[in-house]
Amino acid sequence: MDVTASIVQDLDVATLRKQFPILHQKINGKDLVYFDNAATTQKPQAVIQALTDYYTGYNANIHRGIHTLAEKATRAFEETRTMAQQFLGAQHVEEIIFVRGATEAINLVASSYGRTFLKAGDEILISGLEHHSNIVPWQMVCEEKGCRLQIIPVMASGELDMGKFTRLLSTKTKLVAVNHASNSLGTINPIHEIIQKSHEQGAVVLIDGAQAAAHMDIDVQELDCDFYCISGHKMYGPTGVGILYGKKEHLEKMPPYMGGGEMIRNVTFEKTTYNDLPYKFEAGTPNIADVIAYKEAFVFINSLGKNKMAAHENNLLQYAAKELNNLKGLRLIGTAREKVSVQSFLVDGIHPFDIGQMLDARGIAVRTGHHCTQPLMDHFGIEGTVRASFAIYNTKEEINKLVEGVDRIIKFLK
Amino acid sequence: MTITETQEEIINEFSLLEGDLEMSVMYLMELGQKLPFLAEEDKVDDNIVKGCQSKVWLTTELKHERIFFVADSNTAITKGLVSLLIRIFSGHLPEEILKEELYFMHKIGMERFIGTQRSNGFASMINKMKMYAFAYETKLKIQA
Repeated sequence: MDVTASIVQDLDVATLRKQFPILHQKINGKDLVYFDNAATTQKPQAVIQALTDYYTGYNANIHRGIHTLAEKATRAFEETRTMAQQFLGAQHVEEIIFVRGATEAINLVASSYGRTFLKAGDEILISGLEHHSNIVPWQMVCEEKGCRLQIIPVMASGELDMGKFTRLLSTKTKLVAVNHASNSLGTINPIHEIIQKSHEQGAVVLIDGAQAAAHMDIDVQELDCDFYCISGHKMYGPTGVGILYGKKEHLEKMPPYMGGGEMIRNVTFEKTTYNDLPYKFEAGTPNIADVIAYKEAFVFINSLGKNKMAAHENNLLQYAAKELNNLKGLRLIGTAREKVSVQSFLVDGIHPFDIGQMLDARGIAVRTGHHCTQPLMDHFGIEGTVRASFAIYNTKEEINKLVEGVDRIIKFLK
Repeated sequence: MTITETQEEIINEFSLLEGDLEMSVMYLMELGQKLPFLAEEDKVDDNIVKGCQSKVWLTTELKHERIFFVADSNTAITKGLVSLLIRIFSGHLPEEILKEELYFMHKIGMERFIGTQRSNGFASMINKMKMYAFAYETKLKIQA
């Protein structure tokens, strides 16, 4: 028996599913099959309970209160930060900035670092696989500062053209922003190589890890990336919370992104001095409840272990790709060798919306459309895809239902 | 058949499906497949119904003071939806199309199986058809 098989056998998915109350319901009279995990994952009971516990037991504003509830809430809030530090392998706890999600994390860097350190003629290098969140903030910086946006091309398999990447990279490149894994195609990008080569040219590197955090081991020190961004809700945590990791040396030089409470040390009408990291970047009352509940998502992932999760999800991905590929007229979009558990596909002559609607009638939730990656869809000459994305609680039986559903619509419309 | 009679007929047909979502979706797609194709040269931006998530092209013709609609869509379900409207409105006088309120979609529970975005698109199709009826009515009045 190979290692993967034994790891997968080890995982008791039936028991694990019991931790997710939402999964046990009927949609349109059928058992829910949730395959829209790249958009957002479902939440284990521990995360839901943590939200309720906070609001029913110790809701209080954090950091400056001296009463017991404020103390308890502050401690819980900061525990999540420590947990995130360990999860990402950050050297210092103050390198962990709470934000609303990966989108805000990228915008924070674009706005604070980009507007301060980039100048006319500098180049920002992104990839053709990026989500709009990792395109638009850089376009805004380019417009304002007169920088130039360069794009690493994508090959037919959905992998980045690394030869072209090397050629695009020069001393003019000051910032490189790529995703760790693609939300539309699942491609895992060779970020070690990207980071190393970018650093050789003196560029700083931001990694959008929104699609990687629930699937892959992340060690920001080993990666040596300058910034790493994640969203809580895509890794079994609550919505409205995410993390920006930044190297301390950068964060210390960067001006605040927003002004307000918490981020200040001293305010007079003449001059305001800013607070230390990480609070300098956390203006206003933060999303206390969701940050506190986020800790339980880290606990959940750690309790299973990323190796075990990745092995199970990869098994599902391989199975889905093989079974879908057997269907007449079906074309897999995104066939990179290294992928997270995302499978996009198209069927000749059938619009993705029709497939999505038909699957919904069978209780199967998939995503259809451009997945906020319009330039990538344009590159493939398509309007969008049907995307099935798998999480730790999904099963082969559910994939069988997906394949049956797609087969039914193909036979019906042909 | 009057507009109301056609609506009642559609309500009847869907009632046979007993609210089964999958059957309803498939029935819609089947209706769409029966719709005559729109000529490729008519699939131009000017004929696109704005506000639909899918592409819908709609053209009209006035024959003996009655409006005839021809439509197409790039998605099968939307084509089914527009086919229902064509069946209801096509061949009627502009004033009839303007006067009659459509209610069949609420009776067949359409919102449940097409979702909010498609419901908005569906409303856009109805509006566009009524706009055509208004334009033809005005034109006929001027001519008279």
